Amino acid sequence: MKIAVLSGKGGTGKTLVSVNLASVAGPSTYIDCDVEEPNGHLFFKPNVVRSEKVAVKIPVVDAAHCTGCRTCVEFCQYNALAFIRNKPLVFEEVCHSCGGCVLLCPQKALHEQEKNIGVVEDGYSGEVFVRTGMLNTGEVSGVPIIRKLQRELPDETKTVLIDCPPGSACVVMESIKDADYCILVAEPTIFGAQNLGMVHELVTLFKKPCGAVLNKCQSGDNPSEQYCCEKSIRILGRIPFDSELGAMNSNAIIAARASGKYHQLFTELLDAVLTEVGKPT
Amino acid sequence: MKIAIPVDENSLNTGVCISFGRAPYFMVFDTDTKKGESYVNSAAESQGGAGVKAAQSIVDAGADILLTPRCGDNAVEVFKAAGIKLYKTKDGSAMDNIEAFLAGNLLLLTESHPGFHGHGG
Repeated sequence: MKIAVLSGKGGTGKTLVSVNLASVAGPSTYIDCDVEEPNGHLFFKPNVVRSEKVAVKIPVVDAAHCTGCRTCVEFCQYNALAFIRNKPLVFEEVCHSCGGCVLLCPQKALHEQEKNIGVVEDGYSGEVFVRTGMLNTGEVSGVPIIRKLQRELPDETKTVLIDCPPGSACVVMESIKDADYCILVAEPTIFGAQNLGMVHELVTLFKKPCGAVLNKCQSGDNPSEQYCCEKSIRILGRIPFDSELGAMNSNAIIAARASGKYHQLFTELLDAVLTEVGKPT
Repeated sequence: MKIAIPVDENSLNTGVCISFGRAPYFMVFDTDTKKGESYVNSAAESQGGAGVKAAQSIVDAGADILLTPRCGDNAVEVFKAAGIKLYKTKDGSAMDNIEAFLAGNLLLLTESHPGFHGHGG
């Protein structure tokens, strides 16, 4: 069962929720899809057992064979190719590695070359299988890495927690694509409710069942809770705005492993999620 | 000599468009005939790579010079490869800028910005 944890903005508590849920789930898998700034591994400190490079394919021009028909330039929907001074010019960072230009070139004047864009690291932290995607600095899209992250998971781990990147762009869509359930983490502010709305719209579009976790709860109004009520989103649990939790988090300590109180809070939260996932949609 | 310029409207009195890749039209002014002609920038609607596609159209239009307030890295690379020189526009209409260029009053555009890649501008 795959559970994705997402939020409309960074710093809401996606990693807090997904790391702690994985920690109380027994044998489980934690996947860090926030490939631009993966931080789950800072908490788990896994023993890395495997590291694999992720490469994409980029077209390379053999100018001697090019007759200037421009088939490649006209085909590319991403405008990654231009035709200047009788030869195609490739813009690597615009290319989406679809391979179409290479297939279509009637002169076979294009071939593909691999370009490394990051790594996937596998390791263990107690009973948790930890998989981390890391995008190289300067690369435009983490999508190829996220695609690789979701493949070939160990059989023994029934519960998979997917720590998504913030927002609702392509990288998030790729992260939740195979999820059975989505947890939306939200802050108790107007801005937080606005961001909750963004991800709620996204998971609705993907027809994913979802529930919300209200983080940093204090007394007083909670615009995110209000949003959940308006949209009939199930509230799975509440995490208090607590300096003890903040201190543990700042020191990369997994609260559910170090504190009885938080072990209980996240166990209850996991139960609430599993009950929801089990419900017919 | 042909001078290209991103413009807001399909008319001779048009202002200069603040964006290059996403400008609605390009005007190409021919200094031999003293005539300016505009065409629709089909790159404006592109999801990505608008700068590359727009720059390609400027190259294909046979321009020697581009006058623009700013320009992205990718488009600049296309212009470099094609040998097209970029000059920075000043306040005023497209024609004001063409005249300013011909009088030698525009400076070379030396800065380019990274692409927005769908993250907005």
